[in-house]
Amino acid sequence: MSVDVATEIVRERSLPVRAIRDALAVTGRNLIAYRRVPQLVVFSTIQPVIFVVMFRYVFGGAIALPVSFFPYVDFLMPGVFVQTVVFGALATAIGLASDMKSGLMERFRSLPMARSAVLAGRTLADLTRNLFVVLLMLAVGFLVGFRLHTDVLGLIGGILLLLAFGYAMSWIFASVGLLVGDPETAQAAAFPLLAPLVFASSLFVPVQSMPGWLQPWANHQPVSVTAKAIRFLTLGDSPFGHSSDVWESLVWIVGILLVFAPLAVRRYRRAI
Amino acid sequence: MTYFNYLCQGTAVTDAAIEVEGLTKRFGEVVALDGIDFWVPARSVFGLLGPNGAGKTTAVRILATVLEPDGGRAAVLGHDVVAEPDAIRRRIGLAGQFAAVDPNLTGRENLRLIGLLSQMETSAIPPRAAELLERFDLSDAADRPVRTYSGGMRRRLDVAAALVPRPPVLFLDEPTTGLDLHSRNGLWDMINELVQDGTTVLLTTQYLEEADRLAERVAVIDHGQVIANDAPSVLKAQLGSTVAELGFEDASTAEQARELLAGRHPGVEREGTMVRLGSNEGPRLLVDVLRRLDGAQLAPATLAVHEPSLDDVFLALTGRHAEEISEGAEQGAEGPAVPGRRRRRGAA
Ligand SMILES: Nc1ncnc2c1ncn2[C@@H]1O[C@H](COP(=O)(O)OP(=O)(O)O)[C@@H](O)[C@H]1O
Ligand SMILES: [Mg+2]
Repeated sequence: MSVDVATEIVRERSLPVRAIRDALAVTGRNLIAYRRVPQLVVFSTIQPVIFVVMFRYVFGGAIALPVSFFPYVDFLMPGVFVQTVVFGALATAIGLASDMKSGLMERFRSLPMARSAVLAGRTLADLTRNLFVVLLMLAVGFLVGFRLHTDVLGLIGGILLLLAFGYAMSWIFASVGLLVGDPETAQAAAFPLLAPLVFASSLFVPVQSMPGWLQPWANHQPVSVTAKAIRFLTLGDSPFGHSSDVWESLVWIVGILLVFAPLAVRRYRRAI
Repeated sequence: MTYFNYLCQGTAVTDAAIEVEGLTKRFGEVVALDGIDFWVPARSVFGLLGPNGAGKTTAVRILATVLEPDGGRAAVLGHDVVAEPDAIRRRIGLAGQFAAVDPNLTGRENLRLIGLLSQMETSAIPPRAAELLERFDLSDAADRPVRTYSGGMRRRLDVAAALVPRPPVLFLDEPTTGLDLHSRNGLWDMINELVQDGTTVLLTTQYLEEADRLAERVAVIDHGQVIANDAPSVLKAQLGSTVAELGFEDASTAEQARELLAGRHPGVEREGTMVRLGSNEGPRLLVDVLRRLDGAQLAPATLAVHEPSLDDVFLALTGRHAEEISEGAEQGAEGPAVPGRRRRRGAA
């Protein structure tokens, strides 16, 4: 046997080819964990369903919209969807921090794999999980009374926007995970970031009902804007969502990606 | 004349799988590698022997391109670790000191992942994984998540993972630490077979016995420096095949015993109340020692006989003990701890 490379089975591939292949391999690995680790299964199935059902029946009757274009449940569901996707991004921070600490990283560094695969595989797996979660919540949402006031195109547009927003959030939390470096701290660090985004928002109540000083933030912060954009896409034009919100949301998504993807990549490069 | 020039004079350098020259690495204040040199001929097993903290893992990590060196040079199959890491990564397998497998994947899925990331032909992976699982006695557990595996099973899977792409050079960092006797022997056989098939193996160990069993050559490392580089048999011959340790009530009795034995056994030395001596005569050593002591009415309080260990090599080479042989590495030890000494293998 030759002492040189075992050419029969190991191929020399160009970097772009490796980057894609390896990212998919790592994505597959991460998705297996989402199916197999009980906490993660609960996190991506039962928890979203509970959110949808609970918000529908606990708050659904208590709150009335100031101007009633549609039932509160229709206002609420896009908010619940966005909230779930935002909380889901926590998984990116925790997952990536765990990856960086795991013994597996040591082996990865000795393999001829694309260095980008760990980060790409993590965010792609979370995108895939979000697709599943969103479809699940939508199905449950329809069961508990959510109704589409636009058309299928609007619905598809809403789903795509939701996924794109989730993907952007994943990069924010990828940066957090890499910055703090361990899963427990990542979880703790993420909450203060999430609270003002999720609670001072238009997710569950119309911004019009908030104190004046909070309204500018609550109107234009990315989580609110995206919820309003999805309301526009699924419910049509109303005081709770205009076409301009879609554009504003897209600007946020692109802006977040432009800032946080390079930041995460830089942190990641330094960490490996 | 540098070490490399020296090598280049012969034909040896063309057949070196691993070349290390003046390699240094520090972590803050800690000097992990303080200029080590060694080279490993292709198709051989080379051992790095040293206590905890000697720098073995650091050396392996640099050679496996996990870590960059601060100074010096290292090459694997002619490729420099700093200039051409990817060329090296396509040619090596690494089983690090701690099992690097994913607990949520099954054994088979772990091997598949490593196969993919090693740039193997996708169709070549499943048969290779099945073959390795069989070989490492993991076929029954192949489709169970690794978190249900025992420590020994994980370790075996870890070594199997290093072998997936049939690397011509294999790094094994303390591969048998934590393995039971059966698994350890299995792994030793496996390593011998790999070398027969043309693989070059660099392994680290804290056991002289293991280095002796497997490696044609051993570099003994201490505080980031190579303090000996020889065939294990040569190292052992310096010590004798058997080491006896006698404990006495007090230091003066021990000194009397040492003087008594020194005539017949020049290597005898005393340390506090302990007297130790090595010999190639095996059991006859004991008979002789006890007869002499008895004749002089000197009864030892404790008595231990064992094969030479890393600690003995250290004592012979440096005049001091291998300070930090870890508890885990000595877990094979039986019998009572010898007073004033470390726990070690051997019968009392
Ligand atoms: N990542 C690190 N950061 C700081 N110190 C380290 C690191 N890795 C190793 N060391 C130190 O370098 C020395 C050599 O360690 P190592 O190579 O692991 O030795 P061995 O494998 O022989 O036990 C030790 O003193 C260890 O504490
Ligand atoms: Mg080590």
